[in-house]
Amino acid sequence: MITELEMGKGESELELGLGLSLGGGTAAKIAGKSGGGAWGERGRLLTAKDFPSVGSKRAADSASHAGSSPPRSSQVVGWPPIGSHRMNSLVNNQATKSAREEEEAGKKKVNDDHQPKDVTKKVNGKVQLGFIKVNMDGVAIGRKVDLNAHSSYENLAQTLEDMFFRTNPGTIGLTGQFTKPLRLLDGSSEFVLTYEDKEGDWMLVGDVPWRMFITSVKRLRVMKTSEANGLAARHQEPKERQRNQQA
Amino acid sequence: MALRLPSKVLKHILSFIDSNEDRNSVSLVCKSWFETERKTRKRVFVGNCYAVTPAAVARRFPEMRSLTLKGKPHFADYNLVPDGWGGYACPWIEAMAAKSPSLEEIRLKRMVVTDECLERIAASFKDFKVLVLTSCEGFSTDGIAAIASTCRNLRVLELRECIVEDLGGDWLSYFPETSTSLVSLDFSCLDSEVKISDLERLVSRSPNLKSLKLNPAVTLDGLVSILRRAPQLTELGTGSFAAELKPEAFTKLSKAFSNCKQLQSLSGLWDVLPEYLPALYSVCPGLTSLNLSYATVRMPDLVELLRRCSKLQKLWVMDLIEDKGLEAVASYCKELRELRVFPSEPDLDATNIPVTEQGLVYVSKGCRKLESVLYFCVQFTNAALITIARKRPNLKCFRLCVIEPFAPDYKTNEPLDKGFKAIAEGCKDLRRLSVSGLLSDKAFKYIGKHAKKVRMLSIAFAGDSDLMLHHLLSGCQSLKKLEIRDCPFGDTALLENAAKLETMRSLWMSSCFVSFGACKLLSQKMPRLNVEVIDEHPPKTRPESSPVERIYIYRTVAGPRMDTPEFVWTLHKNPEIGVSKLAIK
Repeated sequence: MITELEMGKGESELELGLGLSLGGGTAAKIAGKSGGGAWGERGRLLTAKDFPSVGSKRAADSASHAGSSPPRSSQVVGWPPIGSHRMNSLVNNQATKSAREEEEAGKKKVNDDHQPKDVTKKVNGKVQLGFIKVNMDGVAIGRKVDLNAHSSYENLAQTLEDMFFRTNPGTIGLTGQFTKPLRLLDGSSEFVLTYEDKEGDWMLVGDVPWRMFITSVKRLRVMKTSEANGLAARHQEPKERQRNQQA
Repeated sequence: MALRLPSKVLKHILSFIDSNEDRNSVSLVCKSWFETERKTRKRVFVGNCYAVTPAAVARRFPEMRSLTLKGKPHFADYNLVPDGWGGYACPWIEAMAAKSPSLEEIRLKRMVVTDECLERIAASFKDFKVLVLTSCEGFSTDGIAAIASTCRNLRVLELRECIVEDLGGDWLSYFPETSTSLVSLDFSCLDSEVKISDLERLVSRSPNLKSLKLNPAVTLDGLVSILRRAPQLTELGTGSFAAELKPEAFTKLSKAFSNCKQLQSLSGLWDVLPEYLPALYSVCPGLTSLNLSYATVRMPDLVELLRRCSKLQKLWVMDLIEDKGLEAVASYCKELRELRVFPSEPDLDATNIPVTEQGLVYVSKGCRKLESVLYFCVQFTNAALITIARKRPNLKCFRLCVIEPFAPDYKTNEPLDKGFKAIAEGCKDLRRLSVSGLLSDKAFKYIGKHAKKVRMLSIAFAGDSDLMLHHLLSGCQSLKKLEIRDCPFGDTALLENAAKLETMRSLWMSSCFVSFGACKLLSQKMPRLNVEVIDEHPPKTRPESSPVERIYIYRTVAGPRMDTPEFVWTLHKNPEIGVSKLAIK
C-alpha cells in the first residue's frame, strides 16, 4: 500500500546512497514512501497560467485557437508534445478551415452546434460506449469516465473520488491537496458534482433518475461549492428551470 | 619485450575509425592512444554544450574540421524551457575562431545564435563549408546574408525549424555571382518571399545542388521554374502547393517533376490541394522519403499517392491517413523503415482522431523493416502493443504518444503496463522509447529490467510513486537521457540513485515532486553534476521541502555555468554559501 511521505522534516531525513546497485533494504524503503504526501501547494499540475512571463515565445503568441471551440481544460504547457513549428501550422490550418467553413463530417468543432450528443460517440466507425469527460476545478488534466460501466450516482461518485483523490495502484491521485473524501453527492462538502446536459445547461448531479441522467449528460465537472451558485437547484421542477433560462 | 604500436601506424589505423563512440573508447586505452586519437579526430560531437568548455574542446582536438553542438534540453521543443535559459553559441564560436580557424562545418541544435555570431563564423573560418542550424533562434536574415556573402566555398546552408527574425527575402541575393559550390540549401522555416529571379540564378549556377528546400512563400510557378533549372535534385522541399487550378499549371508542374529523375526525397507540400497530387505520381516510384506531415490531404488521395511509392523508406504523415490508409501503406510500402503519424488537431479535447492502434498494428505486421515509430493517437491497448512487439522485434525507436493523459487500455481498462513490457522485452535493440497512457510503477520495473539498450527515455503523466524512478535509474543500463514530466515521484529515488546520474548526459524533471532540499543535497554530494533549478520564485523564499517546478541535471567537467538567467538557480558547491545566482550581467 502506498502511504504518505513524511516530508518537511529537514534534510537529515534524506539519505544519499551512492551505490549504483541497490542494497536489499532499498526497495522496501522506497515502497513505503510515495510522492503522494506533503501535497500542499504542489498538489496541482502547473500550467502555462502559472508562468505568465516565463514562457517560450515560440507558440505562445500564435496559439490563438482561432476557429476552434474554446478549450475545455486549461491549456497544459507542452502537451501534446508537438514542436512549435508544427503547432503553429496546425493552428493556422484550423483558422483556414473555419474561415472556409468546410463541411466536417463527424467532427465536433462547430461552435454553434447544439445537437444533443449521445453518450455514445463514434470514433473511426467504432462506437465508444459512454466515455465522457470529467474536469475538476483546479486540475489541469481532465479524465474520462465510462458511464455505461456505472449503475448509480453512488458508483459514479466513488469512481470520481478514486480518480481525483486517491492513489490506487494503476491510478494517480491528481490533486491530493484535499485529504477529505469528496462526498460529492451530499450538500456539505467543498465540492459538488455538476454536469452539462444536451441543451448546454449546467446542472447539479443527482436530480433525475440515473437512466435519464446518462442519456442527457454531455460532460461532468467537479466544481467548488462556492462557485456553484445559480445552477439549477436540486429540487427545482424541470419546467421551472426552463422558465428561468428563458427569462 | 612489450610491443608498442608506432604512432604513425596507429594514426593510420585510426583514420579508418569514424564513429566517435569508438574513438572515445580508443582514447581510454592509454595515454599515447589518447594523444594520437585526439590529434586525428576531425569530427567533434558535444551532446551538451555545458558539459565541457569550448576552450577545452579546442585544445583537445587541434585538427577539428567539424563541430556539432547541442544546447537546450529536448523538452524545449515543447515550450517547457523558458526563454533566456541559455545554450549560447557565441562562446563556442569565439573559442573556435581563436583556436581552430580551419573549422569547416558547424552544426548546432537548440542553441541561441546571434547575427554577430553568424558574422563571426563568416569572418573567421576561411574554408567554411557547412552550416546546419536546427531548432535554433536569436538571429535574423541579416546573419544569413553574412554567411551567404562571405563564405566562398559554402556547400551547405540549412535552417531547420529555426525561429528567425525575418527582415525580408534579400538575404538570398547576397550569394555572390561567383558562388557555385552549393550542394544543399534549406530555408523552409523562413516566412518572407525571396526574389524568384535570384533563386533561379543561384540554382542555375550551382551544378552540384542536390538538396533544395523552399519556404511556403515560393509559389507553384516558382517551383516549376526552379525544377526546370535543377532536374538533378535528389531532395526537394516544395513551397506552397495551393494555387488557382489551371490545367496549364498542372501540366507544367507534372512535366517539371517528371524531369527530376533522381528525386528521392520530397517534403514541404503546404496547403497541397488534392487535385495537384497526380503531378507527383511520376516521382513516386523513386521516392525513399516522403514528408506529408504539413499536407492536409485526406484519405483516398493519400492512398493514390502512397500506393505508387514502393521504395518508400521514410514516411511522415498526418493522422488524416486513418487506419485504412495505414493498411494500404502496409501493403504497398514494403521497404518502410520509419513512420511518423502526427495529429491534425492539437486540441486536447478532440474526440475524433482518425487513427487508432489498429493503424500501427497494420504497419507493424506488413512492413518487416520498420524500425522507427512516432505515433500520436487518442488511446491504445495492451494487445496492440504486444502484437507490435512480437511482429517487430527489430524496432530501434518507439515513441507512442497517447494524447489522452492516463488513458488506460480502452478495451480492458487496465494500465498499459503489459504492453510496454512486451515492447521492452521483445525489442532488444530499442534505443529510444517514449511511453504514454495509464502506467503504473510496474511498467517501469519492466522497462528498467529489459530495456538494456535504451539511451533516451521520455515519460509524461505516468507512474504511482518513487518506485518508478527507482526502477529506471537502477536499471536501464544504457540510459543517457531521461526526461520526465508530471509524474508523482519525490526525492527518495533520485537521491538513492544519484551515482547513476554521472553515467548519463542529462535528466530533466518537471512538475514532479522533487524538493529544493533534495536538489541542494544532490548538488553538494555530486560535484560533477550541475543541478539547475528553473523556477520563477527564488527557492530561498520557500521551505526546502517544497517542490520545484523544473529541474535539469547534467554531468559536466566545466563546473556551474556562468550564463544562467534570473530564473535558473545553479546550486553552488559550497554549502555555506547556499544558493547563489552565478549570472554575470
